[in-house]
Amino acid sequence: MEKFTGKVWVLGDDIDTDIIIPTEYLALKTIDDMKQYGFSPLRPELAGQIQKGDIIVAGKNFGCGSSREQAPEIIKALGIQCVIAKSFARIFFRNSINNGLLLIEQPDLHKDVKEGDSVTVVMNEHVDYNGKQYPIASLPENLMSIIQAGGLVKAMRKLNGLD
Amino acid sequence: MGETVIEKIIRNNVGHAVKPGDIVTVNVDRVMIHDIFIPFVAEKFEEMGFQKLWDPDKVVLIYDHLVPASQLDDTRHFHTGDAFAEKYGMKNVHRSDGICHQLMTEAGYVKPGNIVFGTDSHTTTYGCVGAFSSGIGYTEMASILGTGTMWIKVPETIKVVIDGELPENVMSKDVILRLIGDLGADGATYRALEFTGSAVKNMSVASRMTIANMAIEAGAKCALFTPDEKTAEYCEIELNDFQKSLVGDEDATYLNIVTYRAEDLVPVMACPSQVDKICDVSTLEGTEIDQVFIGSCTNGRLEDLAAAAEVLKGKKVADYVKLIVTPASRKIYRQAIELGILDTLVEAGAMITHPGCGLCCGRAGGILTDGERVVATNNRNFLGRMGTSKVEIYLASPKTAAACAVAGKIVSPK
Repeated sequence: MEKFTGKVWVLGDDIDTDIIIPTEYLALKTIDDMKQYGFSPLRPELAGQIQKGDIIVAGKNFGCGSSREQAPEIIKALGIQCVIAKSFARIFFRNSINNGLLLIEQPDLHKDVKEGDSVTVVMNEHVDYNGKQYPIASLPENLMSIIQAGGLVKAMRKLNGLD
Repeated sequence: MGETVIEKIIRNNVGHAVKPGDIVTVNVDRVMIHDIFIPFVAEKFEEMGFQKLWDPDKVVLIYDHLVPASQLDDTRHFHTGDAFAEKYGMKNVHRSDGICHQLMTEAGYVKPGNIVFGTDSHTTTYGCVGAFSSGIGYTEMASILGTGTMWIKVPETIKVVIDGELPENVMSKDVILRLIGDLGADGATYRALEFTGSAVKNMSVASRMTIANMAIEAGAKCALFTPDEKTAEYCEIELNDFQKSLVGDEDATYLNIVTYRAEDLVPVMACPSQVDKICDVSTLEGTEIDQVFIGSCTNGRLEDLAAAAEVLKGKKVADYVKLIVTPASRKIYRQAIELGILDTLVEAGAMITHPGCGLCCGRAGGILTDGERVVATNNRNFLGRMGTSKVEIYLASPKTAAACAVAGKIVSPK
């Protein structure tokens, strides 16, 4: 059973993809050029503070708004290993799976967790925080297969006989 | 067992009955890619190892977010797009004809009952003609370009019934803003919205387009209107039996049914900085403003410009207020010229900009700075959307926006 621990950054409800990466930076050439502006309209200092392996815990409707796939790519490039939210917006959810960014829905953790604390995720079972277990669902089979392939690009490369 | 409209469209595509929660692979009828994402789509497509497009005629490439270019690196997107179109034999390329969502229906790329995906969240717009259309990311688009298919989960449906006659000063924008306020910004996430009722039947396709466009702001996967004689005329087709059947059955299963009496609706605004923070315009009156924007894929159509011109005829935009008007397409631009609408707007003091997404997505053509306030007819008032994160954006109908431009502050339209 896969299990990992990370330090938490807490964000609110309705964190939209314009907050995750504003349109003005979308024509920069690479995700690495863009990532320093991640979350800048809301917390300009955040992108510089996130460390590899950290976890974002957010409220409802995380990733709402524009379809920009740079949003999950930037979160991944900043080193975030998973986002735990009350709920996710539809397009962001698909984009994250397709890029191998793990998303977990959990309704109660957000109101209890404090920024800077650590949580432990036990995949397909629960999140451990402060001696309490917060249950999480298993991913559907078709999504698991994309993640297991390492994202949609790798799944397609396999289909085309390249890997 | 009855079916909702989305269930009928998916059944027709996959060849068997479906129910909410089923995961199915659909054959895609059309896709749209815009300029911001084409370099990423092209890169992923080749990285995936595809040699050719599944069907070049079903792919539409539209330059709009960066038209005309405003930053030094913008034209790179056009060169990448042109090279990709050339290499893979794509003929449907629009380089300055207008905003993608306007062109997809206006140029006849989408028909009732189609399944369409686009690299933009407002792809839900094509539900105005009874198509299932939704936004996706560029990686997923690259895989459709190679395979012509995509997996989807059949959504549950929320039915929205609007009966009666809308008051004179209420537009379809006020209807969708009210609905988003009532459902919440995530109230329809993963779900289909199905619109019906006498007020909906009386709406033009353009008005329906405004509603379908903003369905995503309640999180919806798609928004659907039953194709009727107005749809047929707009699409320049005769509806076939399948297209005529796209009405929700009496005994279909709905997650929820929301009902409005059109006469009860009033002009509203989405206040900074959430699309679901809806207030009656009457409660905001007197708030001073710096700019007004009338345009975008939400409200840049001929009827929107005409409604604004009617308010502005013989009047002047208030001192210190900038009024920026952006027709949604070149066709609309020309029609508005021919009908004298643009002349009325210019006479009143409006600045007319070329069809595109520039101001709505905060890239060009009237972006704002700290402490400024704008009344805008587009679809998002998020932090930083039209300039800095300290700009206050109030979303409104074209009638309300035009009235505010004259007054120099927030007022209700007459």
